[in-house]
Amino acid sequence: MSRRVAVVRFPGSNCDADALRAAQLVGAEADYVWHRDTSLGGADVVILPGGFSYGDYLRSGAIARFSPIMAAVRSHADAGGAVLGICNGFQILCEAHLLPGALMRNAGLSFVSRPVPVTVERTTTPFTSAYAPGARLTLPVAHGEGRFAATVDVARMLEAEGRVVLRYAKGDPAAEPGNPNGSAHDIAGISNAEGNVVGIMPHPERVVSPLLGSDEGLGFFTSFMAAGTATPPMESMSR
Amino acid sequence: MSYRVHVRVMPRTGLLDPQGQAVEHALAALGFAGAGDVRVGRAIELELAADSPAEAESEARRMCERLLANPVTEDFELEVEAR
Repeated sequence: MSRRVAVVRFPGSNCDADALRAAQLVGAEADYVWHRDTSLGGADVVILPGGFSYGDYLRSGAIARFSPIMAAVRSHADAGGAVLGICNGFQILCEAHLLPGALMRNAGLSFVSRPVPVTVERTTTPFTSAYAPGARLTLPVAHGEGRFAATVDVARMLEAEGRVVLRYAKGDPAAEPGNPNGSAHDIAGISNAEGNVVGIMPHPERVVSPLLGSDEGLGFFTSFMAAGTATPPMESMSR
Repeated sequence: MSYRVHVRVMPRTGLLDPQGQAVEHALAALGFAGAGDVRVGRAIELELAADSPAEAESEARRMCERLLANPVTEDFELEVEAR
């Protein structure tokens, strides 16, 4: 089944090409959309890629959330359309209140760039349905502000509603050192209640081929290609 | 009337402030043994046209709530100064 993917480019996005290539690799028709555009061009799936939109000025994602394209992203999400925010994209989704909580400076202050083991906890999303619940993956992270923070009530709600999509894995300390940034509840990714909006700090688009060292991230892209993924009813309206 | 607005944004009490901790360690390393509970925030100043101090303050408060501070992680204080 054909899927159209829009990769939104903000000034300072730098994982946009990787996300586009990953979507094309699984057979999607993928295009860039500029942040000043107001239409997603009939896309079924929207990806907000990693990077440093607006230089991370003020707070990561704080200014990008007011880009003209974000109104279309919000309508798409509200209509049940699939939205994936990766790294800076996750920060933008939180700032836009499409996801709860916030991403703060890493505990320990260091920019962390390395592969980390994670567990896939929610598989009822358009980006994780290809994985088995509880699947262990090793995905690269690369961020300075990835410490998920939320009020006690919000964190409790995310757990109760099964909205933690990815969690930093803790097992054998040598193989699974766990939480790289001090995130609450070891959270590496969450979704909205419906599951169509997902934000994750790790970068699955960087591990989609053995040529890149691993293809453990490919499932995030094959998931939305699978039949049965909800296509939003109103999304293709052109404006 | 023109007003000068001073906004002070601080990480919410109780949330880990790694920048504050790093500065605290650096101060200790420099021999400032008495320094503690260091927190690092952000100051923003802006010029604002408004009819009264109350209007300037309410407008600045809306700016903070929408953009200048993150309601999840930060608290802000405002000061409005007539020019």
